[in-house]
Amino acid sequence: MIHQYKLNGYNIVLDVFSGSVHVVDDLGYEVIALYEKNTPEEIVKNLADRYPESEIRDCLSDVEELKSAGKLFTEDRFKPISFDFKKRSNVIKALCLHVAHTCNLNCSYCFASQGKYNGERAIMSFEVGRRALDFLVENSGKRRNLEVDFFGGEPLMNWQVVKDLVAYARSIEKEKNKNFRFTLTTNGVLVDDEVIEFANREMSNVVMSIDGRKEVHDRFRVDYAGKGSYDNIIPKFQKFAEARGDRSYYVRGTYTHLNTDFTEDLFHLADLGFTELSMEPVVTAPDDPVALTEEDFPKLCEQYEILAKDMLRRKKDGKPITFYHYMIDLSHGPCIYKRISGCGSGTEYLAVTPWGDLYPCHQFVGDEKYKMGDIWQGVTNTELRDEFKLTNVYARPDCENCWAKLYCSGGCAANAYHATGDIRGVYEYGCRLFKKRMECAIMMQVAENMPSSAE
Amino acid sequence: MKHIITLDTREMNEANGGCGECQTSCQSACKTSCGVANQKCENTAE
Ligand code: SF4
Ligand code: SF4
Repeated sequence: MIHQYKLNGYNIVLDVFSGSVHVVDDLGYEVIALYEKNTPEEIVKNLADRYPESEIRDCLSDVEELKSAGKLFTEDRFKPISFDFKKRSNVIKALCLHVAHTCNLNCSYCFASQGKYNGERAIMSFEVGRRALDFLVENSGKRRNLEVDFFGGEPLMNWQVVKDLVAYARSIEKEKNKNFRFTLTTNGVLVDDEVIEFANREMSNVVMSIDGRKEVHDRFRVDYAGKGSYDNIIPKFQKFAEARGDRSYYVRGTYTHLNTDFTEDLFHLADLGFTELSMEPVVTAPDDPVALTEEDFPKLCEQYEILAKDMLRRKKDGKPITFYHYMIDLSHGPCIYKRISGCGSGTEYLAVTPWGDLYPCHQFVGDEKYKMGDIWQGVTNTELRDEFKLTNVYARPDCENCWAKLYCSGGCAANAYHATGDIRGVYEYGCRLFKKRMECAIMMQVAENMPSSAE
Repeated sequence: MKHIITLDTREMNEANGGCGECQTSCQSACKTSCGVANQKCENTAE
C-alpha cells in the first residue's frame, strides 16, 4: 500500500508495509501514482506529452528497483502475526495508579468528571498502592522496565502516599530485578519546592496540564469558586520545567472548538519557556458546544501545518521545541510487533482505582462493564482481556485500508468506544487528525534528513 | 537514482523486535489517544 502527498514543497511517498519514506520529483510522483493500475507502456504514453520518454523510463526503472528491494509496493506480511495476538502473553508492564479521585480544580471538560470518574471522591491508601505495585511485579514476567503513572484526579492531593509508594518500589526493585519508571501528571496547584525536588529525583516524566493562553486556559481550568488557575500555576510550572533540566516533562493541553487556532497556545507556551509540548483535541459528546465540528477540520489541518513549519524554523534558529505528536524516529522507532499490537490497554497496561479495582485503562475507569478484576485476585474477567488483546489495527475493520495503520497501531480503544460503542470501532474524526499529524511529522523528517539537501 | 530519494528507516522485520521493554503507548504525554510512531525502541541491541 502506498500513500503519497505533497506538503511544504515536498512530494512524499510512503510505502506502508516496509515503512519506507521516499521523496520524489514531480515525475516520480506521477509514475508511482499510475504504477499499480497501468503497464509501463501505458505510463509512458500517459506522461509522454509532459516528460521526455527517456526520463519516464528512467523513473520506471527506479521504481522497479525499489520494488524489488522491498521498499515500494511492499505486500502486507504482518496480518498473520496479528491474529496470534489472542495467544499473546498476559504480562503486565504498566499501571496507571489513580491515587486521588478528587481534584482541587473543577475543569468543565474533564473526562474524569473532576477526578471522581462519576463516583465518589476517594483517595488511595498506601496499603492498596503497595499491593498494586506487588501485583505489577508479580505479573510482569521477565520485563525489567515497569512504568507506573501517578494519576488522578489530582495526585498531589495524595502526595504522601505517592512518596511512600515510590520509596516502597525502590526498596524492592533490586531484589526483584526491576526498574520502576514513574510519571506524575499534575494540574500544578500544589506544586512547591518540595514536590519539584522529589519529582526531579524520582519521576522519569512529569506531565503538566496547561491549555495555553490565559483566556483559553482559564475558560475551563477553574477552581471551585470559578476562578481561572492560570496565574497561580504558570510560575510554578515554569520553575518546575526549568528544574527538570534534561529530565523528561511535557506540558499538555487540550484544544476545543473554541480555540481552533491552537498553535497560538503552543507558541504562547514556548514564549513562557516551555519546550516539551503536547496538545490534544478534546474528546466529548458531539452535541457539546465545545466539541470539534466538521467546519473546524480544515482549520485544524492548517494549524498542524503552521506548527510543523514553525518548528522547523525554530530548530534552524537554534531554539527548538518538541511537539509530542511530531516526535517520530524513522530509523530507531518501534518494531513491527509494537506497531501492530495496539495501545496495550486491558493487556499490558491497566488502571487501578483508589480501592484497588482494575480497569483496561484510565479512560474506562468508572464504567462498571469494564471492570477487569482487582489487585488481590488479579484479572478475573479474562474474556474482556481477550477482547482487548485483539483491539489492534488488524482487528478493526475500518483500519484495513488506512495508510497510517503502522504509525497508529489502531488508535485509542476508549475513543473508539465513546464514538461508536465498540472498542473495535474507530473514532473517525480523530483518525483524520492523526493522519494529518503523521503527514506533518514525516514531512519534518524529510526536511531535516534529506540526504540530498547537503549535496 | 535521480527521481527518488529514500530516507533511512527501520526495517520492518518479523525477526527483530518484540522484546516488550518499551513504554505502553498511552503513557508519557497524551493520555487520551495514541499512536506508536512516536514511541522509542528500547532495545539498543537492534
Ligand atoms: S488512523 Fe484510524 S483507521 Fe487509521 S489505523 Fe488508526 S484507528 Fe485505524
Ligand atoms: S484506550 Fe485510549 S486512553 Fe486508553 S490506553 Fe489506549 S490509547 Fe490510551
